[in-house]
Amino acid sequence: MKPAPFEYHAPDSIEQALGLMSQHAGEGKILAGGQSLVPAMNFRVVQPSVLIDLNRVAELSYIREEDNAIRIGSMARERHLEFDSSIKKRTPLLHEAVPFIAHPQIRNRGTIGGSIVNADPAAELPVLMLALSARLKAKSKSGERWVEAKDFFAGMFTTALEPDEILVEIELPFMMPNTGWSFMEVAPRAGDYALMGVAALITLDGNGKCEAAKLVYLNAGDGPVDAIEAAESLVGEALNDNLIESAAVIASEKEINPFGNMHASTDFQRHLAKVLTQKALKQATQRAGESQ
Amino acid sequence: MTQSISITLKVNDKEYKREVEPRLLLSDFLRHELGLTGTHVGCEHGVCGACTILVDEESARSCLMFAVQADGHNIMTVEGLTKDKDNLHPLQHAFWEAHGLQCGYCTPGILMTMIPFLKQNPDPTEDEIRHALSGNLCRCTGYQHIVDAVKLASEKMK
Repeated sequence: MKPAPFEYHAPDSIEQALGLMSQHAGEGKILAGGQSLVPAMNFRVVQPSVLIDLNRVAELSYIREEDNAIRIGSMARERHLEFDSSIKKRTPLLHEAVPFIAHPQIRNRGTIGGSIVNADPAAELPVLMLALSARLKAKSKSGERWVEAKDFFAGMFTTALEPDEILVEIELPFMMPNTGWSFMEVAPRAGDYALMGVAALITLDGNGKCEAAKLVYLNAGDGPVDAIEAAESLVGEALNDNLIESAAVIASEKEINPFGNMHASTDFQRHLAKVLTQKALKQATQRAGESQ
Repeated sequence: MTQSISITLKVNDKEYKREVEPRLLLSDFLRHELGLTGTHVGCEHGVCGACTILVDEESARSCLMFAVQADGHNIMTVEGLTKDKDNLHPLQHAFWEAHGLQCGYCTPGILMTMIPFLKQNPDPTEDEIRHALSGNLCRCTGYQHIVDAVKLASEKMK
């Protein structure tokens, strides 16, 4: 028995959970899938005094299509995302990337909301939220609000959520037509934290030129890193190897800010980013062409 | 005062009712409270996979769940695979036959990972087996005989 003692609540509705969050604002910690929080508690790195377990809030676990978007309850398990047919059809980037999240045992418990709110710069889901221009619905006892993914991540393990707010829903607009995607990462072993990873989206216009581009990186800074300048450099162009290489140079040398670790120096991380960017952009461009 | 919560759960088809402190990990509950020491505890932070069990038929790390969270759920541990040591589950038998273990510490977690995997993938390739095993560390075998054993089991269980 290793975690420090805590007071435990297992509400079975959102209303109850919000009431508890308001009552314990600042002390109450949400337990979602527990795949990052419980290890931290086992090490006593984190010692929440009040734990509010959302696993019995059935109304937070859904995946459905509505108004040209996929709506996902924050307690939907990663394993459900992996096998969901709407996600596969409407946001194939997410479908392709979910198997990169840890291992099946972890994905059986881990939730989309938990990973987003944990805001680990090395995690896949925050990157995918930025890449897919997600909107995130935060709720508290006093009301609710929508936050764009780009405004949600506020640095290392930090988000825009207030202490009494719970992330309840994720809205993912359907990917645009004629859009190709790619998700690539390099990890020492399958399921380990990646040394570097990238999500890429390319939309082609009727003439085969790039209409829109997106490049977002994991483990490349203090949160998911949106390489806006590199992506912009591709817009309006007919993509070729030279353009793709120069975009990869902009992203890997200017826009990302990797910290390096015992497995990879920052130079090696930048090298990986450059190589992965080129591969991912080529795959995304090819897929966009195939969908035309 | 320490909070104590009453839980009722099924483990290997047997119903248990116990009082637990919220911070008690499910892995420790199974071992210390129920005496089911087949579930091994390795890293206790979700990396090694030794404590893998089934929660409602899906694999999960029992060191990353609190026992209170198992209230009302159906748990299966390695002890649930067979009641008779002379009549092993086909997966266990394949591990014996293909020499899929050496020290045996990681084995219960691997077996409990492979049960749902083989249900979902009755005819897996070597690549698929290796990917499914990626969340379980073994420091003895080098994995080759484990992969062989899972392949053999998939053939036996058809």
